[in-house]
Amino acid sequence: MNDVRTILLHRSVYADNDLEADALREYLKSKGTFVVNLMSSPGAGKTTTLTKLINYLKDKLRIGVMEADIDSDVDAISIAKNTGVKSIQLHTNGMCHLDAGMTKAGLDALDISDLDLVFLENVGNLVCPAEFDTGASLDIMILSIPEGDDKPLKYPLVFQKSDLVIINKIDALPYFNFDLEKCKERIKYRNKNATIIPISAKLGQGIEEVGDYFINKIKCWKE
Amino acid sequence: MHELGIVVHVIDQVEELAKQNNVKEVVELSLEIGEVSGVIESYFRDCFEWSKKKTTYMQNCKLNWISIKGITYCENCGKTYGTVEHGKTCPYCGSEKTYLLTGKDCMIKDIKVI
Repeated sequence: MNDVRTILLHRSVYADNDLEADALREYLKSKGTFVVNLMSSPGAGKTTTLTKLINYLKDKLRIGVMEADIDSDVDAISIAKNTGVKSIQLHTNGMCHLDAGMTKAGLDALDISDLDLVFLENVGNLVCPAEFDTGASLDIMILSIPEGDDKPLKYPLVFQKSDLVIINKIDALPYFNFDLEKCKERIKYRNKNATIIPISAKLGQGIEEVGDYFINKIKCWKE
Repeated sequence: MHELGIVVHVIDQVEELAKQNNVKEVVELSLEIGEVSGVIESYFRDCFEWSKKKTTYMQNCKLNWISIKGITYCENCGKTYGTVEHGKTCPYCGSEKTYLLTGKDCMIKDIKVI
């Protein structure tokens, strides 16, 4: 075994993904397509929120949607049927998150040449999607009232990473022990720059505010 | 569950490097994994043993796991303490103005090749 030699690397296990993600961000910039990575737990209301949001935005921007799930295409069908925008379903084949390579492949399949804004609905999970940079222009998340106001304490990374935290299902606030002010404080404790918008996707409450937030972000990004 | 995704990324990087360096085989892989990185050793090892069978250079590769302690610094009193034991609140002065010094990263340290 004298001929064993050591090659020093000392680089992050995420290094290759981070490089791919940065390259993808550059590419999207050159194409003028803004990609939003949407993260949340299963059942927080990603698909319902997106449906309402897209219906508010679709006269102002050309929008596409990528749905990522471990299996099935129920979300892509639901989005297509209820909004009429272009959508595609990505299967992660058992993987609990999307990485930059999968995102790029999905964007190519969707064809973004005529799109201003693409929503990437990540796998429903607060842990793994936060670890891998997808190459998106903006990271956002949805937290819903039934999940509890302690989630920013339990899942720090996803809150640290999200530029916008949407608090959904505020119409259910009277039925749960959820302290909205305490929750906002806890989000700010993890990420003092996060924008927080409470909404009820079901009732359409707050949807315009979220939509205008994106219009504004895209305007700044293009300048 | 994200251990599998991380294993795939690690193996891809090592295989690429092995190819570039014209090695015959990668016999050992050393990783430095932070205590609070969220990566679990036993899950990672299971995923690694399963995945390495599909590789060109890593069929007999041994995994050397080096755990890096999670250490947090308190801005209020200037002391450091173990993150796993005490979390974000300083055990000396009770302040929450603290930040993590080490223990979050997952690094590929080196590989031994023949």
